[in-house]
Amino acid sequence: MLYATLIAPFAEFEFMRRALVGILALALGAPPVGVFLMLRRMSLIGDAMAHAILPGAAIGFLIAGLSLFAMAGAGLIAGFLIAIGAGLIARATQLKEDASLAAFFLISLALGVTIVSVKGSNIDLLHFLFGSVLAIDDPALALIAGVTSVSLVVLALIWRPLVLECVDPGYLHSVSRAGGPAHIAFLALVVMNLVGGFQALGTLLAVGVMILPAVIARFWARDISAIIGTAIACGAISGYAGLLLSYHANLPSGPAIILVAGALYAISVMFGPVGGLIWHALRRRHLEA
Amino acid sequence: MPELRFRNLTLGYERHPAVHHLDGTVENGALLAIVGPNGAGKSTLFKGIMGEIKPLAGAVERDGFDTRDVAYLPQAAEIDRSFPISVYDMVAMGLWRSRGPFGGFSRKDHAGIEAAIGAVGLTGFEERVIGSLSGGQMQRMLFARLLLQDARVIVLDEPFTAIDAKTSADLLGLVEDWHRERRTVLAALHDIDLVKASFPETMLLAREPVAWGATATVLTPENLNKARRMCEAFDEYAEACAVAAE
Repeated sequence: MLYATLIAPFAEFEFMRRALVGILALALGAPPVGVFLMLRRMSLIGDAMAHAILPGAAIGFLIAGLSLFAMAGAGLIAGFLIAIGAGLIARATQLKEDASLAAFFLISLALGVTIVSVKGSNIDLLHFLFGSVLAIDDPALALIAGVTSVSLVVLALIWRPLVLECVDPGYLHSVSRAGGPAHIAFLALVVMNLVGGFQALGTLLAVGVMILPAVIARFWARDISAIIGTAIACGAISGYAGLLLSYHANLPSGPAIILVAGALYAISVMFGPVGGLIWHALRRRHLEA
Repeated sequence: MPELRFRNLTLGYERHPAVHHLDGTVENGALLAIVGPNGAGKSTLFKGIMGEIKPLAGAVERDGFDTRDVAYLPQAAEIDRSFPISVYDMVAMGLWRSRGPFGGFSRKDHAGIEAAIGAVGLTGFEERVIGSLSGGQMQRMLFARLLLQDARVIVLDEPFTAIDAKTSADLLGLVEDWHRERRTVLAALHDIDLVKASFPETMLLAREPVAWGATATVLTPENLNKARRMCEAFDEYAEACAVAAE
């Protein structure tokens, strides 16, 4: 019975196995990036960048059809342009940062949907917006695997400057020039992971595999390494359980994965050891020291 | 051999001077207190020494060291206290200049980190996240990081403000150790009694240097009054400075 529920769908169907591998690979590379997005208070910027990739991918689609190379390439370019644009805007108009970002992502979303509709059908549009993790082919898997590998290596390389830039940028600036390059490398990782996740989860939800595991992990761990480990685990669990849910309940898979993550989030907010609400409500005896 | 030389230095913001025509040298191994009212230019002077701002006129000359070799403790460090990092890891960052962004830590390094944490009285706090520290504990932790930086020149901007007496005394002990090790220490301070008790050399700054030399000759009531009369606000209608630049 348990086998039929938990293992059989993957044992029997290749498309399920592919989807699982794809989503697990994503869950390895994206959550660590998401943890840093969250800690640097850039979660909404991540969301804006995800929306920005849509017009890029749509233009790729317009030019070359459903070619992964065209869509991913154009998506990357669009993502980088938005990353730079967001940075420039943040520097030039400090007070209006959130408003400019809101404008950015609304415009990109509308632009992307319009471009897709010119050439594609409604199904194409749904795939763009919500992904088609069950239709991941070999090139898409290769892309995700490549992005994850590069992500982990780069993150290991820029780890110290990245952490220090978050916690004490003044000190980093006084001892090293690594802060600027580390920040740019980090933005590049965000865009790459968004393009990788775009295939599986679509533009609207791609950032979910980054941010949700990170936010969940915050309720379970206190140290940054532990938070990243927990985030990866949560991403993997959400991916696995989400795919199962979509299989057994006949639901669209991308949203199902995000919903499972959402359920984990709700549980964490209530019961998480670090700042869970239930612990505030219970009156427990205080410690001696 | 002078460590640091100010040549007719003027530092400021948008052409308004915050440090006006400062000239002089800081000797190797000096223990120099910089005293002055609020707005006197102490923090601005330190930013100039650290190269964070460019002089409006004149120059800061560093003899044989780079700004990255200076251990600098700013007045209000922009530290994100909600970041999930332990005291141990924060202090360990003091080894940046020797280990760089990728270098691993040897057993000796770890021993050094523990010794630094012990020296500031924070043994037992290693695994605590920095957000759980009080103001005094945070300052001790930053001093531990300074210890590990092992710098030849140390610049402290109001290190004891809002710190309790015991912590101040302990940290002052560390400053005196640095002086014994012939490191050059500059500290901006408000507590005149502390300066008189522990700092052999003082610069009294009130935008313009009022006096600079042995503490006893500098911190006279006459000089202190002169400094107090300095105007804090920038003069919107000021003319261009008539003193010729070199």
